[in-house]
Amino acid sequence: MAYAAGVDVGSTQTKAVVVDENGAIIGKAVIDTGANVVSAAEKAFLLALQAGGVLEEQVGYIVGTGYGRYRVTFGDSQVTEISCHARGAARMFPGSRTVLDMGGQDTKAIRVKPNGEVTDFCMNDKCAAGTGRFLEAAAFALSIPLGDLGDIALHADKPVSISTTCTVFAESEVLSWLGKGKKVEDILMGVHRSIASRSIGLLRRVGIVEQVTFTGGVTRNPAMVEVLNQALGLQMNVGEQAHFMGALGAALFALDHIADSRRPLGAKEA
Amino acid sequence: MDDQDHGSEILGRGAREGGRLFREWFSRLSAAPERGEKTAYVFVMGSLAELLRTFDFHLSFPEINSLQTAVRRVALDYLNLAEDYGYSPDICGYVKADVGMQLRRGEHPMGRIPKPALAVLTNACNTYIKWAEIWERMHGMPTFTLDIPGPRGADRYSQPGDPEFESDRKYVEYQLRELISLCEQVSGKKFDIDRLRETLAHANRMGAAYQRVLDLNRNAPAPFNALSDGTIYLGVANALRGHPDGARYFEELAEEMTYKAAHRIGTLTEEQYRLIFVGVPCYPIFRKFSELFTTRGGVFVTSQYLQFAGGSLDAGFEYDLRRPIESLAEGVLFCQRRSMYGMFFGERELVEMVKTYRADGIVFHAIKSCRTVSTGLADKRRALTERGDMMSLFIESDLVDQRVVSEAQMKNRIDAFFEGLSSRRLRAGGGAT
Repeated sequence: MAYAAGVDVGSTQTKAVVVDENGAIIGKAVIDTGANVVSAAEKAFLLALQAGGVLEEQVGYIVGTGYGRYRVTFGDSQVTEISCHARGAARMFPGSRTVLDMGGQDTKAIRVKPNGEVTDFCMNDKCAAGTGRFLEAAAFALSIPLGDLGDIALHADKPVSISTTCTVFAESEVLSWLGKGKKVEDILMGVHRSIASRSIGLLRRVGIVEQVTFTGGVTRNPAMVEVLNQALGLQMNVGEQAHFMGALGAALFALDHIADSRRPLGAKEA
Repeated sequence: MDDQDHGSEILGRGAREGGRLFREWFSRLSAAPERGEKTAYVFVMGSLAELLRTFDFHLSFPEINSLQTAVRRVALDYLNLAEDYGYSPDICGYVKADVGMQLRRGEHPMGRIPKPALAVLTNACNTYIKWAEIWERMHGMPTFTLDIPGPRGADRYSQPGDPEFESDRKYVEYQLRELISLCEQVSGKKFDIDRLRETLAHANRMGAAYQRVLDLNRNAPAPFNALSDGTIYLGVANALRGHPDGARYFEELAEEMTYKAAHRIGTLTEEQYRLIFVGVPCYPIFRKFSELFTTRGGVFVTSQYLQFAGGSLDAGFEYDLRRPIESLAEGVLFCQRRSMYGMFFGERELVEMVKTYRADGIVFHAIKSCRTVSTGLADKRRALTERGDMMSLFIESDLVDQRVVSEAQMKNRIDAFFEGLSSRRLRAGGGAT
């Protein structure tokens, strides 16, 4: 059996997924990207192989994606994370027509066709407002582990309003609210709402059509999921593999290449 | 001369000659004060070059001066000077680059820009008016603002011959006569209507040839890149409008493009995708920006920039030399209105462009520091999306400010755009690219 793999090198974490010839996930892994992008990609890939019990030589094609996709030196080709998240989301939730991917420094709103083809997309511009980095800045300012932010924010009863859209200034605004005696959970909920507001702005640009699927690292934050669902007035699809959607999409593109190489020359795609 | 010899003689001539003419024009402009000659500051939309030439004014285009600072990678020095002086980072980058240059007494990477004896502008861009006020304060020279009535609404776009157009034309003509008096005072030269006939005739020749050149890019493969090559053409079109050298240049360029089209010589060896560019180029990474598309087989076959930044030379307007002032008023009104209308309600025109140029996609490039150009882009794109299944890309950076240009992010978006184009082609049975 020939396997395919996708490696998504993000600004914060690197994810790898190995799929079988039916596109089912066999192995996956996630590690912090750190300073050595090449090494992170290799390590994540090897860990995913290990998790799936697959040997490297059994992998027929590898696609790199994410901001470090050209640093996946062992990869066969590269596809942007925009196409990969759309493809992954359409695979996991075939009813997906809009995808919101929130990562460490990028947030993307993507409109997709049933086959996962991208029809339109919009991303945050040269600024990390509305991305996971905004949460990191708040976590740093409040000395709270990043993974705990969402659970704490869910206890808010009087959320504050974070007016700045600048990630750097957000830190000082958080501190100023602390100075005014506001509770940490209320400040954190304000931070979540601020990010959600920016993301919804991106979604509106491409048009919000149900079903909406939420992907990327920030999907693990329960407060962000809740705030977005409330603001959108719908329930987004958030799967267990949401964090791996880019890597999964990349693996599915890799699988296409394997299938294409087996197809007789001149045969057209259905 | 056989066909092959003819080809080797004319291929690449447009780029070479365009660069040469532009440099020579700039040198003459720089040397004007030494020769005691006067310079008028004008803008690319509504330059009135045809009229100002008759008074022997040299023309300085601040937009061109500013974009050149970006292309030559020194714009930030000028922007910083203007911001240190008190201008906000949000103000038009062209204005700030020019203010920085004025503060440096005209020092420019291509030469020295003379002080203005006069500034002539229209209301094509609201910033033009404030910009001219800056010069007036700095240099104390007169300015003349030509007030061009716009269309009364999206569906009220009057044409020559309509009573509304005729009424507006008279209003513009009255102002032109005032401008002529001012030019006489500033230049010390009497207005010569026969000289105006001559410059209008040169502009007619240039316009007809310019239109032919743009039309020739309907051929596949496209003979030129509307973004990279087109910007060279625009430089000549503005600098030498109403001048015989400019008319000759475009007639020769049309000859070159006709040859390329007849022999299927494209600007790209392998043209994969035909694209339309909407907005103003990203001058801080001008060459790289273009390469982000060409390396994926994308060629810009036309652009709205070639229309509005060329003062609507492509519109096919022909001056009537029997009544020069009246016809100049008509031309200014017609061309400027078309330029501005195209920025805000241009989707109909874009739909037509997609058909005639057989385009695969449209790239909208919004400019952070230019509200005039950028304001209508999102609406235009949305309207276009609602009309059909056209792939489009919306990216944003700036015309001169490299601080808001993120090449990595831009490449990501452009790559995704091409992935979408490729996927569509595959689905349509056109094969992988």
